[in-house]
Formats: sequence, structure tokens, C-alpha cells
Amino acid sequence: MSIALKNLPREEPFAPGHSACQGCGSAIVLRMTFKALRPDETAVVAFATGCMEVVSTIYPFTAWRIPFVHLAFENVAAAASGIESALKALERKGLFKSKKKVHVIAFGGDGGTFDIGLQALSGALERGHKFLYICYDNEAYMNTGIQRSGATPFAAWTTTSPVGSKIPGKPQFKKNLVGIAAAHEIPYAATASPAFWADYIRKVRRALDADGPALIHVLCPCPLGWRFDPSMTIDVARLAVETRFFPLYEIENGRKYRITFKVPRPKPIMEYLKLQGRYRHLTRPEYSDLVKRLQEAVDSFYHWLEHMEKATSDL
Amino acid sequence: MTVSSGELKKARIVGLTGDEAVAQAVKQCDVDVISAYPITPQTIIVERLSEFVANGELDAEFVPVESEHSALSVVTSSALTGARVFTATSSQGLALMYEILYITSALRTPVVMAIVNRALSAPINIHCDHSDTLGARDSGWIQLYGENVQEAYDLIFQAYKIAENRNVLLPVMVCLDGFTLSHTLERVELIDDQDALSYLPKKLCYPFPINPERPATYGPLALTDFYFEFKVQQAEAMRQALSVIPQAMREYEKISGRHYYFFDAYGLEDADVAVVCLGSASGTMRYIARELRKEGHKVALVKLTVYRPFPTEELVSALEDMKAIIAMDRSLSFGAVGGPLFEDLRSAFYDHEKRPLIGCIVYGLGGRDLTPSDARSIFKYGLEIAKTGMVPERVKFVGVRE
Repeated sequence: MSIALKNLPREEPFAPGHSACQGCGSAIVLRMTFKALRPDETAVVAFATGCMEVVSTIYPFTAWRIPFVHLAFENVAAAASGIESALKALERKGLFKSKKKVHVIAFGGDGGTFDIGLQALSGALERGHKFLYICYDNEAYMNTGIQRSGATPFAAWTTTSPVGSKIPGKPQFKKNLVGIAAAHEIPYAATASPAFWADYIRKVRRALDADGPALIHVLCPCPLGWRFDPSMTIDVARLAVETRFFPLYEIENGRKYRITFKVPRPKPIMEYLKLQGRYRHLTRPEYSDLVKRLQEAVDSFYHWLEHMEKATSDL
Repeated sequence: MTVSSGELKKARIVGLTGDEAVAQAVKQCDVDVISAYPITPQTIIVERLSEFVANGELDAEFVPVESEHSALSVVTSSALTGARVFTATSSQGLALMYEILYITSALRTPVVMAIVNRALSAPINIHCDHSDTLGARDSGWIQLYGENVQEAYDLIFQAYKIAENRNVLLPVMVCLDGFTLSHTLERVELIDDQDALSYLPKKLCYPFPINPERPATYGPLALTDFYFEFKVQQAEAMRQALSVIPQAMREYEKISGRHYYFFDAYGLEDADVAVVCLGSASGTMRYIARELRKEGHKVALVKLTVYRPFPTEELVSALEDMKAIIAMDRSLSFGAVGGPLFEDLRSAFYDHEKRPLIGCIVYGLGGRDLTPSDARSIFKYGLEIAKTGMVPERVKFVGVRE
């Protein structure tokens, strides 16, 4: 499937006027999501509490030109399950009709997905609802002011993983969300990046066409929380991929792995780290060990992905 | 509930437990989405409903969630989509739903939930008391309490009628006592399927259902400038419910022959002492009241069917001539003046010119039996208060070891 810029829909279901920060990676991703819709398709969106919910629906205003539902923080997958189930029942019983095909898309940040919302997400994936879950991952609780989450990378500074003399940033590594989703053997799971817009839109398209639940994990740089200039969002997102820090891949039916953007000659992760204030301490010589550990983890995961791709290529 | 002898279709009479009766009623309401999680003693409700769906007896989506938190989230968003929805839980399950209870009511979704009352942990206990639902009394849900299996069945239909009324649009809990009702087989008169659907016409149950052709934003952020107004509207809906509830009950009487009101009074005409209680204890209390009246004691029993909204005016005018009132609480409000029912009742009388003495009895925690002799001692306590003109203890525990 090829995605051409000139063929993308002009409609903007996520309208301008919201109050996201300048250079917000998540807002870019939201907007791009709906470029995957065909003319005969529309969507209902459900949001977990978080940045994108807060910036888009400050009463009496809304940035949404499609139905938007927000219940709470940890239950967006359940909220989406309810919408999907109700539409199914009402359509069957003649109480709901739509000229367009209606997709249900749930959005959660990393806190709402990796941490507090993981149980509801697992339940919804296991039950097999036909919906797409998009995790816009800015790698910390940004809405409450940059606290560490299960998605915060190793050694990163946040306000609850401060760089102290004894503990320099987050001591733990990031959870493998796509691996968790794929372990439910859902039809489609993938990672994506706003810097690779055609790859992202193609993945949303594949996810919407999947016969069952799908999950896309998008790395969304956050100028405020990662401490970089808002003009650099896409550069930072691109470097995350080009250093293999955040590889782009997809998993079909929990089995078949494919790296969708190969990085044969990766840049050293320092290229990526040095742009961001949250890693500023890592440029100091006394922390070179941490950089080494991080580089090893990045290399090892990418090699594992290559193995998985090769091993499952004939599936 | 009192039974009138009108011109009615011959009712089908069956033997059902409380849980089965609730499931039967939900089926007859033609719900669209059911989502629930098993918990004793509610489990049989969802077992029966999943059977009805599996057998094709009920055309609904059954969403077997991974927690009660998700169960209420699923039915809340389904209700926003316009579906008629149902969930059920008990005790810890209701406690886990607590966050969403407020969201369900604030989004004005007509969700109906059966609560099979059970004590809260710790210690873990599966038997009845009202700590679970009384703890949720401020969450913006209407609360109805059934005395027996027939009432649990009947209240489900009335709950939808009230919840879906455009002047109300609030979720409703139908509460039935764990085991005492949920697992006890009783004689139940079923209403006719067609009558059920004429009472509850099938339609989209939310006035502005989710529809991409008419996009709307549900559950926005509202801060200092608007939040307060939303809350006042909820309070107004609760006030409206006070007039909608008796109307829904009158209409139900037309199809069932069974009369419901905010409360059911026995012996109030000439009584000096009234006991007020919720749920299945009413049966035992009424039986003892009858015996005491034969012995010449002027006692009455008021069984409260509607606890939220609290029928303040109606209760005050019904009870104003009592010398003493005993509120029977099957839950504790730790550190408060008294039990929740006692506090509501006593506060209802505060600005009324006639103010009977009011005592608080706490009984039956964790499923402790309320024996006929306990019931007798409670009435005697009320008679003692009426005679001496003083309440000896603000909160008196009955049925507990010294």
C-alpha cells in the first residue's frame, strides 16, 4: 500500500485551536491519524485522561469534529469496548445507521497505557473488540508535570526520577508495550513515529482494516518534558529511529515480525541523547557507563528484532 | 409493595431466586449491552444473562470484562451511544467502580445496575449488609431497595423508567440483600413481555447519542468557570426524580397490579413509634410489628424503597406524629453522628415544627441474623424512648456480642 501526500484527505477531524504546546509531537500524531481514513469512513474517538484530552476539550470549546468520549484515566480501552459493542448491538437491532463505516479509535498516553490503563487494555484486546488503540507515548506523565512512567527510558531525568548523586535518573528500562499487545495475539500491533508520516498512516490503515483489535505505539517527542527546542520535534523523532533507539516494526497476529524502516548503519545514541535536556547528565564522563548500558540495550533489542523478522519471514 | 385487585392479564407465576428474578427482568427490558464481572453473591445474575444471550433469548452484546471498573466504564460509554444497558455487582466490586460511579451520573447516562448488598472487606465477608451502597449514597445515583424477590424483579423495570425519563437522566441502583434475597427461591409474578415493552418503549435511551453525523464531545474538561453549573444541574435532576419516581411507579401498577411508593408503611395510622428500615429486614420487622400491635402496642414499620433521592417531605409528613422513630442502619459511618439513614432522617426533621425523638439502631453487619427477638427488642427500645421522652444512646448496636 502506497501513501501519497496528494491523495490524503483534507478534512481535519482534530481541528486547530486546541491548546497543545508548540512542537507537541502528540498533537501532530493525532492530526495525522485521520489522514488514514477513506472517504466512506469516519471515526468515534475515546480518550484516556491526559495531555491530548485536556488540550482539546476545555468546556465550552472542543477541537473535535467527530464524536469524542472521555470517561477517566485508566479505562479508555473499556470505554472504546462499550462504544464498539453498543454500535454493534444498535445496528443489529435497527436503532443505529450510518452512511459511513464507523471506526472506534482509543487514544491513551503512556501513563494511561503502560501503567494505569494496562489492565483495561489487556481485557479489551483479549475480548477481541474491533477497535484501534493508539498509545501516544511521550515517555512520562507530562500532563502532571513530567513524572516517570513505565515508558520512561533508562537513565532519563524526570521530576520523580531526578538525577541525584546516588541515583542518576530512571534506574529501570522501558516496558515493551508492543510485545505485550502482541502477546494477546491480536491481528496487528506496530510502532510508529511522527517523523515517518507515510509509515504511520500506512500502519493506521492496516490497523483499521484488521479483523479485530489493533495497537499502534507512537513515540511522541515532548519539547517541554524532554527539554528540547519546539522546532526540533520531528528531528528528535527521526533520530530516535535512526539511532535504533525506537525501531519501527509491526507484528501480525502476534507472530510475524517485520521491521518497516531498516536502519543498517545506526547513528550512535548520543546523537539522539544530546539534543535533550532530560539526558544532559549523560554527556558527563562519569556517566559514560550509563550511555554504554543504554547503547547495549538498544543494539540488543534491534538485533533481536532482526532475528524475529528473519525467523518469521515465511509465516 | 401492596397488591391491588384490578383487571389484569393473568400473571405467569414462577419460582425464582433474587438473582434470577433480576436477570429475568433485565431480559424483558430488552437491553442492548450487558457488561459485568463475577462477584458473590451477584454472580448468578450475570450467569443467567450470559445464558439468555448465548441461547438467543436476548439480543444483546454481553461484554465479559476483566474488572468491575471496566464493567461500569463499558456500560457508561454504551449508554452514551444510546444503548439500554445493564450491569450488576456487590461490595468490593462496587468499591472498585467508585471512581466511575460519579462519571456515570455526571454524564447523565441512564445506566441501571443491580447491587446485591454485601459487606465490605476487611475482614473479607460475603454476606449482607448495606455498607457498599450506603457508602455510594453521594455519587449521584438513584437508589432503590427491594424487600423481597418480587420487589427486586419489579424495581428493575421501574429503574429504567425513571433513569430514561428526560427530566431525570440519572443512573439507578436496584439493591437487594445478598443471600437473603439473591439466593432465596420465592414466588414471583412475572409481567407480560408486551406490557414490559409498552412500559419501556424501545428507543435510543440517551437524548444525544454518539453519532458521527452529529458529532459531540462527551466528558470534557470543565474548570472553575463551568464545573459548578454541571453539578447544580445534577442536583436539579435528582430533585426532578422526586416527582418522576411516583409517576413511574403508578404506571407500573397499571401493568402489574402492584403498588409502589417512596416507602411502604404498616400501622402508621395510629402508631406512636415507627421503625424505618431498608431491604429484607422489613419482613421480619413487619411480622413483629403485627404481633406487638396484637399485644396492644402502637407500633409501625416504614420500609424505605427509595433512599436516593431521599423523600424528605413525604417521610416527614408521614412520621411527624410519632413520639419516637427508630432508624435501622445496616452500615456504619465511622466517626459520624450516627448511621446514614439515621442522619438523613434526623436532619429531615430539624426544621420541622414537630420533631419526634429519633434513635439509631445498627444491626446485621456482615450478614449477622436479625432474629425475631432482636426485632422485638428494637420496637421495645422505640416504645421506651416514647415513654421516657429520651434517647438513651445515640447509636445502639443490636445482635452483637458485648
